[in-house]
Amino acid sequence: MSANLQNKAKARAGTTESPWVRYTLITVALLFVLLFLVLPLAAVFTEALRKGFGAYFAALKEPDAWSAIELTLIAAAIAVPLNLVFGVSAAWAIAKYEFRGKSFLTTLVDLPFSVSPVVAGLMYVLVFGAQGWFGPWLAANDLKVIFAVPGIVLATVFVTFPFIARELIPLMQAQGSDEEQAAIVLGATGWQTFWHVTLPNIKWGLLYGVILTNARAMGEFGAVSVVSGHIRGQTNTLPLHVEILYNEYQSVAAFAVASLLALLALVTLLIKSVAEWRAEQEQKAAADLPPERPLLVPSPSGRGPG
Amino acid sequence: MTAATLSAAPLAAAPVRRASKKVLPGFGLTLGYTLFYLSIIVLIPLSALLFKTFSLTWEQFVTAVSSPRVMASYRLTFGASLFAALFNLVFGLLLAWVLVRYKFPGKKIVDALVDLPFALPTAVAGISLTAILAGNGWIGQYLEPLGIKLAFTPAGVVIALIFIGLPFVVRTVQPVLEDAEKELEEAATSLGATRLQIFTRVILPHITPALLTGFAMAFARAIGEYGSVIFIAGNMPMISEITPLIIIGKLEQYDYAGATAVAVVMLVISFVLLLVINGLQAWQRRNAGAPA
Repeated sequence: MSANLQNKAKARAGTTESPWVRYTLITVALLFVLLFLVLPLAAVFTEALRKGFGAYFAALKEPDAWSAIELTLIAAAIAVPLNLVFGVSAAWAIAKYEFRGKSFLTTLVDLPFSVSPVVAGLMYVLVFGAQGWFGPWLAANDLKVIFAVPGIVLATVFVTFPFIARELIPLMQAQGSDEEQAAIVLGATGWQTFWHVTLPNIKWGLLYGVILTNARAMGEFGAVSVVSGHIRGQTNTLPLHVEILYNEYQSVAAFAVASLLALLALVTLLIKSVAEWRAEQEQKAAADLPPERPLLVPSPSGRGPG
Repeated sequence: MTAATLSAAPLAAAPVRRASKKVLPGFGLTLGYTLFYLSIIVLIPLSALLFKTFSLTWEQFVTAVSSPRVMASYRLTFGASLFAALFNLVFGLLLAWVLVRYKFPGKKIVDALVDLPFALPTAVAGISLTAILAGNGWIGQYLEPLGIKLAFTPAGVVIALIFIGLPFVVRTVQPVLEDAEKELEEAATSLGATRLQIFTRVILPHITPALLTGFAMAFARAIGEYGSVIFIAGNMPMISEITPLIIIGKLEQYDYAGATAVAVVMLVISFVLLLVINGLQAWQRRNAGAPA
């Protein structure tokens, strides 16, 4: 084993460090990961199970927990598809064409990423709140946005706004538009080109964008906290429910609900890893194809039923 | 269906002059929808924020954003964010380096775990870090007897922000390191450079734009962070109260104008940081293109 390592070290002489430097760096990096990533994750499950499985499941069976789960699912089910359509559309416009103000538009798309979630919540309060622009009109028509479900959905949409677009823009820019242009020249319509040429090329990046958006949508705290009003059983999402339980010193219950969100995070990471691995495999498979520039002219009709 | 006909329109209009560029349909549709959605979700609500500040006189605005309690919160927010981003700059580079250059067992799992702070809800991270660092927690119980208190102090804020910003530097530096040409390093070695010289003179200049981009992103994210921090900070006015919490506090007292004034200050800073990040990314693209 050590002989093998030494051989490798010789073969790559000059482009790697001496073994003790390598091992020190690896050890420090792993310690960092252990302290800052593994411990917090492990603590969630340990604290949740501190009083055994009975207390754990009892906390999850609470009706308030259920209504929080329901609201979280509703918010994500609306926010993710909305941002999916936007993300694909923005990536198509930005990656496939040249136009004036493109970089400014990209900056604007990124903006929600750097706006504090609290500021995001506040601006919806100013638009839809009782004293806001549409407040009187909404009140007159007996509609509620702030301290109600629509506000929570809006805040969720805002904080997860850029993720899919950010994932797709560099991917689509790197791929260029040769394949799409070939498809169009061969007579495909715009939609056919998108479904049969673009989508297969971006599907793994798109999948990652969607699951990341979903994880952030279900886990958003700051923005939702401002617009929700914290009405138990009505406008509490899972993260807000965690906060209430925690502030009431119901530690086991808080961590039990939190463990659901931690599981969601783990599933998200798992899907992401699988998607990356599959994308790599496909790239390798494409590189192994005989022609020098494989798949240069994909024929839309040859890609399965239309 | 109407969308399909719309998307076909630019195709018909395209033919002669810039056929190679404009042959793809859908420009009007996708750009139009992008601008529409952007306006509804982002631009119009943001403008509400700006209009609300105009309801204040200049003196009122200045008083609202520079009272001692607010100033203390800026110091904490920016200081802790800067410290956390610097920490992530060093350890993010280390982690990216180890993940790209070395082989070790469990590497795939570590690589996947790096994204945990993106995927784990901030409130969960907040209560979990607090549980670890509190006096009876896994780490807190050993630090407390030594007189080191992390939970419910500004140091706790820094730790939460390190967690939040951890993936940025790793994920911006990793691809650049992967693409770096080993030939340059081999050439430098054959010319007699030591490993350290190669790192500072060959590798570091190549990855500097990516490093700074990751640093700026971690910093920007940390400034706005709320969920993970409020659990661990203790939230004492003047000591461990972050700026987003000031906004919440003013909102709870129905001081909408005051909350908005502080929010506008934060917004301007976010926007400046975003422009800096974009500039850094452009530099990175040029840098990546140059040596090839």
